[in-house]
Amino acid sequence: MLKLPIYLDNNATTPMDPRVLEAMIPYFTEKFGNAASRNHPFGWEGEEAVDYAREQVAKLIGADPKEIIFTSGATEGDNLAIKGVFEMYASKGNHIITATTEHKAVLDACKHIEKLGGEVTYLEVKPDGLIDLAQLEAAIKPTTILIAIMYANNEVGVIQPVKEISAIAKRHGVLFFTDGTQAVGKIPVDVNKDGIDLMAFSGHKMYGPKGVGAIYVRRKNPRVKVTAQMDGGGHERGMRSGTLNVPGIVGLGKACELCMLDMEADTKRISAMRDKLENALLKLEEAYVNGSKEHRLPHVSNISFKYVEGEGLMMGFNKNIAVSSGSACTSASLEPSYVLKALGLGDDLAHSSLRFGLGRFTTEDQIDYTIEQVSNTVLKLREMSPLWEMFKEGIDLNSIEWAHH
Amino acid sequence: MAYSEKVIDHYQNPKNVGTLDKSKSNVGTGLVGAPECGDVMRLQIEVDDATGLIKDARFKTFGCGSAIASSSLATEWLKGKTVDEALTIDNMTIVEELNLPPVKIHCSVLAEDAIKAAINDYRVKNGMEALKLDDKVVH
Repeated sequence: MLKLPIYLDNNATTPMDPRVLEAMIPYFTEKFGNAASRNHPFGWEGEEAVDYAREQVAKLIGADPKEIIFTSGATEGDNLAIKGVFEMYASKGNHIITATTEHKAVLDACKHIEKLGGEVTYLEVKPDGLIDLAQLEAAIKPTTILIAIMYANNEVGVIQPVKEISAIAKRHGVLFFTDGTQAVGKIPVDVNKDGIDLMAFSGHKMYGPKGVGAIYVRRKNPRVKVTAQMDGGGHERGMRSGTLNVPGIVGLGKACELCMLDMEADTKRISAMRDKLENALLKLEEAYVNGSKEHRLPHVSNISFKYVEGEGLMMGFNKNIAVSSGSACTSASLEPSYVLKALGLGDDLAHSSLRFGLGRFTTEDQIDYTIEQVSNTVLKLREMSPLWEMFKEGIDLNSIEWAHH
Repeated sequence: MAYSEKVIDHYQNPKNVGTLDKSKSNVGTGLVGAPECGDVMRLQIEVDDATGLIKDARFKTFGCGSAIASSSLATEWLKGKTVDEALTIDNMTIVEELNLPPVKIHCSVLAEDAIKAAINDYRVKNGMEALKLDDKVVH
């Protein structure tokens, strides 16, 4: 029996795996000690749990446990990496290179850097969402201290050529930071093979708890340091003060362990369902996948259904199916997705997009139901769409003088 | 964002979706909005030459649920009115009837614009002067 509503918005957040919750529970009540209390068993217990979680996290990304700094999530990690490097390496330069499709946490941290007198280059992406490596290399100057390019995009799932980016960074003696939020736990990420110097990620995107994340900070070749952005007790090797969120950290650790354990099987199952969903929806006329299909996370599909508006489309089934839309109307701002626009989509196509984010708990019958509901709603709304009628009559919509508001 | 019951009802059971023959002299067509803005409304009225009453009204809308509901409601209200009466339909009445939240007020403005554009089309076709419409832009 199919249970509604169905959750297909796993890029926004994932449900917590019950095994994670189980691991966390004792650390709220009986094992509540402050991990920094060095002189009694309560503290030791907390510290031991944190150390163990640090190993679990490090193992998933091929790092040394000492290179893991716990944070409140990826937004904090993005801020700490960008602002922290900017401050720490001020004597070396003040130029940062990033891309227009980055998460707001990266873009807004970069804007902050500009206010502080730093210089930021925002690389455009190609229509498939990937950055142009030649353009990246050409943007490097003597003052460049950091390249900040995400591992995989949250809206279209496009995976950037991380190894090639890090090789360029290394060649020019520039640090490479990547926002790994959507990638870590979903696809193999190895900080050494990938040549990553700093990486932020978050628990709640990989079946762990909200409010906890980590940042990887390389200790060898080169030894990287960031200036703390919060003053306090000097926790986490002085880079992130604040009493450690022991239950959250235990949960993050467990989530990482499970991702490592389940990744292969999860990927196989989820990508097969994603492909089934995508292929079925692409049978509709004038439906297009946004972003590279080749370099893409296995659980994401972003599709534009031309001539229907995304929010109107979602309304047809959002009581029963949770997805996300690139249309402006879903958010307070009236602008459509800046990521889709950066891929070169016109506002009309950007307004017509849906993002499907599958996950560990997605089932085949949920996908079948989604295919049916989304297809039916698209057809129904097209019957109601003046643009669809014009398209069918062969009228070029670009030839019409629209009244722009 | 939660939609009001009335918006949901119009969305699920839209009234008067369709197309009238725009070549007829007693049919007025208004096409407003732009694909780039995420809203396009086409609203049409058919006027009874003998009585001067709007005997039919049809719409097609590309847009969110509120835009669809605003145009559906507008067609309901247009039927049976004279062209002059139709001009009195105000966007705020649509807002109140559908309980639109502030961020969706532009949908009602678009519906009002569509009504006026359709009336103007009808007027021009029938040798009357186009009305000057104040630009009501709430974006």
